[in-house]
Amino acid sequence: MIITKAQYVNSIASGELSHIHATIDDEKMDVPIDENNRHYAEIKRQVDAGDLTIAEAD
Amino acid sequence: MPISKIKQASIDASALTGSNITDGSITAADLATDAVTTAKIASGAVSDAKIAADAVTTAKIADGAITLAKTTGIGGGGKNVIINGEMMISQRQTTSSNVGNQYVLDRFAVYKQNTSSTYTCSQNTVTDLPGFNHSLKMDCTTADTSLASNEQVYIVTKLEGRECQRFAKGHGSDALPITLSFYVKTNKLGVYTVRIFDRDNSRNVSGSYTVANANWNRYTVTFPADALGKLDNDINSSLELFFHLVNGSDTTTGSLVTTWAGSADAGSATGQVNFADNLSNDWEITGIQLETGSSATPFEHRSYAEHLTACRRYYETSNPPQNYGGRIAYLSYTTYTTTSGYCTYFYDVEKRTSPTITHGANVWRIYQNGSLIANANGAGGTDGISARNFALTLTGPTYTAHSGGMADYRGDNGIKFDAEL
Repeated sequence: MIITKAQYVNSIASGELSHIHATIDDEKMDVPIDENNRHYAEIKRQVDAGDLTIAEAD
Repeated sequence: MPISKIKQASIDASALTGSNITDGSITAADLATDAVTTAKIASGAVSDAKIAADAVTTAKIADGAITLAKTTGIGGGGKNVIINGEMMISQRQTTSSNVGNQYVLDRFAVYKQNTSSTYTCSQNTVTDLPGFNHSLKMDCTTADTSLASNEQVYIVTKLEGRECQRFAKGHGSDALPITLSFYVKTNKLGVYTVRIFDRDNSRNVSGSYTVANANWNRYTVTFPADALGKLDNDINSSLELFFHLVNGSDTTTGSLVTTWAGSADAGSATGQVNFADNLSNDWEITGIQLETGSSATPFEHRSYAEHLTACRRYYETSNPPQNYGGRIAYLSYTTYTTTSGYCTYFYDVEKRTSPTITHGANVWRIYQNGSLIANANGAGGTDGISARNFALTLTGPTYTAHSGGMADYRGDNGIKFDAEL
């Protein structure tokens, strides 16, 4: 799983953290912040390993 | 002169022992009806060889005579924990050339590690295996005859922990053996290996099957019970089933590990042929069944609808690309301000967990108050994701606040929801 971009996204409705917008294997995806989700688990693994940084929400 | 008749009173008790009766001297006609009572048949005296074919008719089996204990190995409905084992469902695409590490058919992923070999993976139509109509096919398109030590190519399907509790794995002497059966057709003959990996406890066990001809054959591998390593009863991957195709020396060193042990590369695929050694090599598989017990039972077929629903727990699209270009019917939305519309999109099937969502940008056609206010260029955004639905925001046009409208998705390939393991 090649992750080239990750950024937190806040809900327009609530203003609270909603998900991560990421580019994974050249495809743009909205990844829930859910440790049971394989994409989030991989993002977290790469962040913990220091290989990826998640940008703050706009 | 031979004596033809001896009265019963003339025969001393115990005079007729088994050794005094010549084989075949007492025929069926010599036995009075009901003369041989149950008490006269020693335990184990009636062996399988002594029961003629079709001798036990249905009428001879009393009601309730076949107890549950006598059905061990037969298996009942729902015995197969594999989803899409007959390769009916392929929601993402039906073929992928130069396939990478990805799902092609539902629930079965291709994995390649450090290999120069390439493949086309497809859902193939089967016409020469009665009872089955589809297979997963791997077609080698670039050969690799010199394998790196850590090279691997395999097909894998992953099973949720709570679907694997039936194996009683890790429950000491109560643990049960697991039998894998499947049909494979390949023109690359030789020994192939399969493996189960217990992700919860980092344990694994392997087995092998030998392909001796290029026809469809059913192969069976029984894995022993594992007294150690209880599986988590949750929604995450617990057991992972691998069908190896290519393995470098890291995984073929030592003897094949056929009893459960701590996970290690060595011995996990010993004996595996190099399926990548010729670009004419093809390998197809279908009818995969994984069940409790030490023998394979007939494959359990399910309806297309059952397979599709089961697969959609892990992945679905709003509409497959072959159906109206992946577009969806109209959704209703509500506005609070002049900048955004909000709606809730419910999946066809509740997901295993919150899915990853992929949808095209600026492809929504939006109507309000009977007018087209965004012609396939409205932006759709994700505003919250759960296992049952996701909140969708529609931005781009200027709305009438505190109102409603309709929108439809005009992007190709639909909106994708991925909750795979």
